[in-house]
Amino acid sequence: MSKFLSTRAGTWTGFGAAALVLFGAAPLLLSGFRLGLLAQFLCYAIVAVGIGLAWGRGGMLTLGQGVFFGMGAYLMAMHMKLADAEFRNGPGSVPDFMELAGLRELPGYWVPFASPVFTIAAILVLPTAFAVLLGLAVFKRRVKGAYFAILSQALAGAFAILLIGQQSMGGFNGLSRFRYFFGYNLDDPVNQQMLYFIAAGVLLVVVAVALQLRRSRYGELLVAVRDAEERVRFLGYDAANVKVVAYATAALFAAVAGAIFVPIVGIISPANIGIVPSIMFLLGVAIGGRASLIGPVIGALAVAYAQTALSEQFPSAWTYAQGLLFIVVIALLPGGIASIAAATKRFRREPVTAEAAA
Amino acid sequence: MSQAALTCANIEVDFDGFKAVNGVDLTLDRGEVHFLIGPNGAGKTTLVDAITGLARYTGSVVKDTAEKGAVELRGKKVHHIARHGIGRTFQTATVFENLTVAQNLDIAAGSGRSPWALLRRRKHLPDTVVNVMEQIGLTGQAATPAGILAHGQKQWLEIGMLLVGDADVLLLDEPIAGMGHDERETTGRLLHDIATDRAVAVVEHDMDFMRAFASRVTVLHAGAVLATGSVDEVSNHPRVQEVYLGTAHPTAPSNDMEPADAATA
Repeated sequence: MSKFLSTRAGTWTGFGAAALVLFGAAPLLLSGFRLGLLAQFLCYAIVAVGIGLAWGRGGMLTLGQGVFFGMGAYLMAMHMKLADAEFRNGPGSVPDFMELAGLRELPGYWVPFASPVFTIAAILVLPTAFAVLLGLAVFKRRVKGAYFAILSQALAGAFAILLIGQQSMGGFNGLSRFRYFFGYNLDDPVNQQMLYFIAAGVLLVVVAVALQLRRSRYGELLVAVRDAEERVRFLGYDAANVKVVAYATAALFAAVAGAIFVPIVGIISPANIGIVPSIMFLLGVAIGGRASLIGPVIGALAVAYAQTALSEQFPSAWTYAQGLLFIVVIALLPGGIASIAAATKRFRREPVTAEAAA
Repeated sequence: MSQAALTCANIEVDFDGFKAVNGVDLTLDRGEVHFLIGPNGAGKTTLVDAITGLARYTGSVVKDTAEKGAVELRGKKVHHIARHGIGRTFQTATVFENLTVAQNLDIAAGSGRSPWALLRRRKHLPDTVVNVMEQIGLTGQAATPAGILAHGQKQWLEIGMLLVGDADVLLLDEPIAGMGHDERETTGRLLHDIATDRAVAVVEHDMDFMRAFASRVTVLHAGAVLATGSVDEVSNHPRVQEVYLGTAHPTAPSNDMEPADAATA
C-alpha cells in the first residue's frame, strides 16, 4: 500500500481520493454548520502539515506556531474590519471596536490594510520573513532541542500578552463581527461553503508542497540534519540554513491557515493563538504521527473533532482526556497513528523499510 | 608527488588554562597515510578538532587548494573548512541511520548544489557516488538503511562520504576501532588506495595496524610532537620508548599502546 502510494500514479490516486472526499462527499453529506466546523478543522490541519515538516522531518519542536497562525489571522482580520468600516461609513473610517474604545483616528499601521492585495502579500511575506530572521538568529547559534521548544513557546505566550495590551488590535476580546470577506457577504451560506472549499484547496496544495519537499534532495538533507546535525556541517553544509527553510515553510503554512480561519470562524483573539492553542496544534501532529505526511492531517482533524464532540458533553473532562491521550501516544506509539501499519508489520517480522520506520 | 596539502604551524588549544595541544607543527602530504599516535590525552583528537574548526586555537592551518592556492583555515566556520576539502570521521561512526547508503553518499556529494537542485527529486545517482560505492564495497547495500549496516561498513560509508565530497585531506579518528582482522586489512588497503592523490591522517591506537600501513608517523605526547618519521625511525626514538614505558619495545603482547603516564586521559 505505502509502496504504491510512493509511485507517481499512487500519488495522483491519493490526491484524487482526498479531493473526492473534500470536494464531493463532505459538502453533500454535512450540514452547513458541520461543514463550517470541518473548514475550521482543516485550518488546524494546514498548521499541522507545517509542524510535521519542521518537527517530524526537521526535529524542531515548534511549540509556538500560534505566533505565525496569529500573525496571518490578525493581518486578515485587520483588512476585514477596515472593509466593514468602509462599507458602513465610507473610506478611512474607524472600525466599530475602535469607536467603542474611543479611538477617533485610524492608527498609521492599519492604513495599508485597506488594500486587499497588500493584505494578502503581507500574510504571505511578514510571518515568513519573521520566521527566517528568528530562525537564523536561533539556529546559527545552535540553539536546539528543549531550549528551542521553550523559546518558541515563550514567544507564543509573549505574543498573546502583547496583543491583550493593544487596544488598537482589539485587546483581550480580539477582532470579531466580520460581515464581508473580499466583498462576499459572510452571512450567505453559499459564501460559507466557498470558504470551506478554499480551506480544502489550500490543504491539498500545502500537502503537495510538503510532499515535494520530502521527496526532494532537500528532504533527505533535512532528515540528515535532524539525525546528525554536526555530521552535516562537516560535509560542508550550513545546517542552520537547512533548518530555516523548513521552519519558515511551517510558519508560512500556519499564517495562511490563520488567515483562512478568521472569515470561517468569525473571530480571532489572543485566546486562539497563545500557549494552549499552540500545544493543541502540536498534539494533533504527535497523535497522527509527526514523521509521516498524512499523519499530522489525520491527527489534527481527529483531535479537533474529539475536542468539539467531547467538550460539548463533558466540558471539564476533555482536558484530562487530552492529556491522557498525549501521554499514551508518546509512551506507546511514538510514531503516532501513522506508525500503526509499520508496527504491525514489525510484529509479523516482515522487513520494514527505512521510510516506513522513520 | 609528495606535496604538502595541509600545513599546521604552532597550534595551541587552550581549555581554560589546560593546554590540550601545545605548539604542534604538522604537515600532511598528498600520497601519504600519516598516522597520529600517542597516549590517551596526548591531544590527537583535539588537534583534529582544531583543524576542522570545532576547537578554538592559536597558530595557523594552511590548506593548499586547487582553486585558490594556500588558504588559512583558522577562524573559518566548520562548513566552510569542509568545503575547502577537509573531511573528517569520528571515533563512533556517524552516518545518517534513517537514510540509505546511496542517500548518505548523495548528500555528502552535494554540498555545492544550488537551492533549485536541492528542491527537486533525485533522478539518478551521480557517477561519483556510484564509483565510490564500488570503491568502499557497498554497491550491494545501496538501498540499505545505514543504521542496519555492520560496524565496519558504517566506517567505510563514512570514509566514502568524504570521498564523494571531494575532500583531499582526510582526518580519520580511529577508523578500525572494533573491526575484525579481515576488515582491518580491507580498510588499510582502502586507505592506501585513496591516499594516492590525497593526504590521509589516521588517529589510531592499534600498533600492528600502524606498522602495516603507515607511510609516516607522528607521535604526540602531552599536547606536543615527540617525534615524526617513518615507522622504524619513530619506534627507535629514545623519547618515544620512554613515554611508552613498560612496552619500551613497542611489540608488546597488547595491541593497544597503553601509556605509562596517561594522567590526562
